[in-house]
Amino acid sequence: MTPEIALPLMLITPILGGLLIVAAGRHPNLRETITLVTAVSLFLITAFLTPHILHGALPEHVLVEMMPGMALTLKADPLGIVFALVASILWIINSLYSIGYMRKNGEKNQTRFYLCFALALASVMGIALAGNMLTLFIFYEALTLVTYPLVTHAGTKKAKKAGRTYLGILLVSSIGFQMLAMIWTWSISGTLTFSPEGILAGHVEGPMVLILLALYMFGIGKAALMPLHRWLPAAMVAPTPVSALLHAVAVVKAGVFTVVRVVMHVFGLDLLNATSNSNWLLYVACFTIITASVIALHQNNLKRRLAYSTVSQLSYVVLGAAILAPISMVGAVMHIVVHAFGKITLFFAAGAIYTAQHKTLVSELDGIGRIMPWTMGAFTIGAISMVGLPPTAGFLSKWFILQGAMETGQSIAVVVVVISTLLNAAYFLPIVYRAFFLSPTGNSDTTGDTPTQHVISEAPLPMVIALSTTAACTLLLFFYPEVPLTLATMLTGTTNTVSSGVINLAMETF
Amino acid sequence: MTAHLPVLQVVLPLMAAPLCVVIRQLTLVRLFSLVVTGTAFLISATLLYQVNTAGPISYAIGNWPAPYGIEYRIDLLNAVLLFIISLIGFLVLIYSKNSIAREITQNRLYLFHSLYLLCMTGLLGMVITGDVFNLFVFLEITALSSYALIAMGGGRLGNPQALYAAFRYLILGTLGGTFYIIGVGLMYMMTGALNMADLARLLPSVFDTTTIQAALGFLVVGITLKMALFPLHMWQAAAYARAPSTVSSFLAATATKVAVYVQLRMIFTVFGQIPLFRDTPLDEILIVLALSSMIIGSLSAVYQKDMRRMLAFSSLAQIGYIVLGIGLNNATALSASIVHLFNHALMKSALFMALGAVFMSTHSVKRGAMRGLGRNMPITMAAFVVAGLSLIGVPLTSGFISKWLLVQGALESGMWPVALMILVSSLLSIIYIWKVVEAAYFKKPKRALPKARDPGPTMWVPMWILAAASIWFGVDAGTTVGIANKVAETLLGGVPQ
Amino acid sequence: MSTDLLEQVSGHFNYWMAVILMMVGLYVVLSRHNLIKKLVGLNIFQTSVFILYVSMGKIHGGIAPIYVEGVTEQPVFSNPVPHVLMLTAIVVGIATTALGLSLVVLIKKTFNTIEEDEIQASLDKKRRKP
Repeated sequence: MTPEIALPLMLITPILGGLLIVAAGRHPNLRETITLVTAVSLFLITAFLTPHILHGALPEHVLVEMMPGMALTLKADPLGIVFALVASILWIINSLYSIGYMRKNGEKNQTRFYLCFALALASVMGIALAGNMLTLFIFYEALTLVTYPLVTHAGTKKAKKAGRTYLGILLVSSIGFQMLAMIWTWSISGTLTFSPEGILAGHVEGPMVLILLALYMFGIGKAALMPLHRWLPAAMVAPTPVSALLHAVAVVKAGVFTVVRVVMHVFGLDLLNATSNSNWLLYVACFTIITASVIALHQNNLKRRLAYSTVSQLSYVVLGAAILAPISMVGAVMHIVVHAFGKITLFFAAGAIYTAQHKTLVSELDGIGRIMPWTMGAFTIGAISMVGLPPTAGFLSKWFILQGAMETGQSIAVVVVVISTLLNAAYFLPIVYRAFFLSPTGNSDTTGDTPTQHVISEAPLPMVIALSTTAACTLLLFFYPEVPLTLATMLTGTTNTVSSGVINLAMETF
Repeated sequence: MTAHLPVLQVVLPLMAAPLCVVIRQLTLVRLFSLVVTGTAFLISATLLYQVNTAGPISYAIGNWPAPYGIEYRIDLLNAVLLFIISLIGFLVLIYSKNSIAREITQNRLYLFHSLYLLCMTGLLGMVITGDVFNLFVFLEITALSSYALIAMGGGRLGNPQALYAAFRYLILGTLGGTFYIIGVGLMYMMTGALNMADLARLLPSVFDTTTIQAALGFLVVGITLKMALFPLHMWQAAAYARAPSTVSSFLAATATKVAVYVQLRMIFTVFGQIPLFRDTPLDEILIVLALSSMIIGSLSAVYQKDMRRMLAFSSLAQIGYIVLGIGLNNATALSASIVHLFNHALMKSALFMALGAVFMSTHSVKRGAMRGLGRNMPITMAAFVVAGLSLIGVPLTSGFISKWLLVQGALESGMWPVALMILVSSLLSIIYIWKVVEAAYFKKPKRALPKARDPGPTMWVPMWILAAASIWFGVDAGTTVGIANKVAETLLGGVPQ
Repeated sequence: MSTDLLEQVSGHFNYWMAVILMMVGLYVVLSRHNLIKKLVGLNIFQTSVFILYVSMGKIHGGIAPIYVEGVTEQPVFSNPVPHVLMLTAIVVGIATTALGLSLVVLIKKTFNTIEEDEIQASLDKKRRKP
């Protein structure tokens, strides 16, 4: 297998898996096996590709030529492969978790669920490997469409309403702004192929850059920049595995991934640095970080609190990109990775609590840590990573972003990061405190089969395995961040010595 | 033989129409008209190929040379139109069998075939002819036969509104046709020519006269009425909503397109030597009308409960896109118009076909009646969704290509607010298509629909050919865009700007 | 001045009539609610076009363009083409009128009226009922 062939395979594998899932729809065991096998194969292909990328290869594959000069192209580069790796690893774990969750909760339309999941992963691969803006845009839209049935999975009125918000915001922003920006770019520069210097560099300057930047940034609704964040809390009506993989990893990361892609490879850091007033993006990101955190403080529903935390954390990535320093860009890419692992752990825990105890509110979680120690242990690790304390991976990315902010003298960004760290602690640590140090209230006996207070009653085994694994990864990434870190530094063009220096720095700090 | 293809293209269906009345026996009539339309399709494909490889064809009817006799002149633009008309005509006729059997009185079915062929003759003739008066004659043939076809919707399933819709269409259509002929008369007064090439040669010297400017005004108004562009669109919704499904599928895809073709011909060939867009406010007028059509059409479509009316209003918006491309006056935008002529014909016809199938099994085309149909009629509804996505302009569908070029064209003219309006209109189309998708796939039917199921292959095969083509030309748009670019260059080449 | 105006009117008498008929016809079509009257208006409108065309074919002193064998002197012929065109247009006009009238007959049978507003009212009632 050559790297060039691996590219279309990464797209085809999940699609093929999806078709097999439909074919095996009547046999749940077979269907779930297919899901797992597909997920593992996808990861293996991505893993096969990774060393090639680490050695500097940039394989490319043209899928189809749509119009003269406009083709659907797949191209693997460090940024794309980081995203693909994260998504494919977490898909395996998430599939395991889904099996436990969907069966225990007796959800309907499970075949459709697994099919859409596979198709969503195919779209994510398409986004990660897109060689030009058009390809990225197409898979970006595809991702919106295939995740819609997942959001409305419950089929209730509330779910449908949420589905409308979801589609509404994402499609309006992408078609209204992103597509316009893309066609504009095409008509200015005659190409949409990502380039390290930036497509637009040398073609536009001044206010035009600002207009295009605004169109792109608010066109990427999936990055949940305020005021385009409302779809994310709305999407929380979906089953928890969906919230976990899609709305902590795949969909939202597709958004911030696109932001990084656009800033790096459409505009180019130099162009943006040379344009005055281009730091408005930084302020929007700062505003989102703080505001979303404040809103999260007031959410009693656990999943909604996590959702607002996600909104805030996503803006860290945007912030990292908007600082426009190579080192903060490394931080942005790292944050895509570490937030994925941390947030999926938190969602897994929320889902496990719902499955085992049927609790969804923060105020109901008193003493739950004694009943579900594994789950809450993992939750604690995830929460610490969100706050950004060592020894969790969340510390690394925040560190890089802070460093970038200091280097470029963006004191506002520094202040915001510090305040938001405090806010993060303020909305996560009380949950941990409640879970471990308060005694269960006991008025949760409504379900009938509630266990006595100190009997351990975890969610089904696959779920516990899944959430423990992601929690462990969150810790491991702190100690062994080489692969994503090297890829991130390769992306920004900083030399290898810098990258190893950065790693050493991280280790020393610990 | 091949030398006479241009005339055969028109004469074949023209001769076949009365023969249908003579044959009368339904099965034979159907078979006969299928053979005729199939042959017409093959002829148009051959002509398109010839023109694309060897350049324009000129054919003198009855061997009378051009200024005296009637000339049929086929360049790439009308070759494309001929291809669209005969392709849709053929597919819709295959589709028609079961649909018309339900919607039109049994003993008039042979007349339906006769009128259908006549209507097709008219459309083909309008496109192929190089003579402005001959064009009027074909225009009236089309119009008269389509009034009658629409009125046939008043038949078996009892839709009396069809009669009234047909009457209103008759009044407005005749007004439009008469406006056109006044315009032609005024041009003839000043030049003594009816041949398009002659007119193009003679008009510049007399363009300063009020007569010719009045002629231009009459022509534009008349054609705009036929195109159903805002504010002259009111006849369209009623006509398409009340006509038999087959008729709407055919007319929605072809009739307004041919009117657009006439507009293109007038602006770029007949008045081709005159820089109309520089010397007259025609481009501003076209842009304003087009934008109003886009927004008003899409907005009205959102509020329709009758799905055929919804599609008719969406046609208004789509014609808006096409006219916008003309008004923007650059090669990219013009080629967007031409690509969209083709793409929109495919998708709109598929959509109306799907609705026809829905009407057959539920006897209604209200959105409420479509609840839960995704389960009962998977093939039909899937085709509807595919064509609907193309209407929206979702990537990888043909609609995306048209929109892309159009937005690019708007930006090239430096009109970014126009580009934004195009996208706003697309967003509105998401709303109305999505309402149908929601009803069909995410809502439960009010009462059980045991009888609602997919139609037979005579209906779903043509439907899916068109739906699949919408995808195909969205993924591999090299051919369509290539031809459209060529056409746009030729058309603009005539204008010394 | 006034003679100029007079000349304008008398010299272009046919054209003025055509314009007046055109306006009358158009007005009737748009303002009347009775379907028959609408058709009448449409006919007047079309007739104005016939007059317009035929007038432009007329040349002062021109005679019918009939070629006679042996006549060497070339007389002035009127332009026959507009006449021919109008023959076609008249046929079209008659066909339109016939079709329109037959539609009116059918409408009368179904709605029991040929007044536009009454038809509209009965359609609205029908739409509201189900």
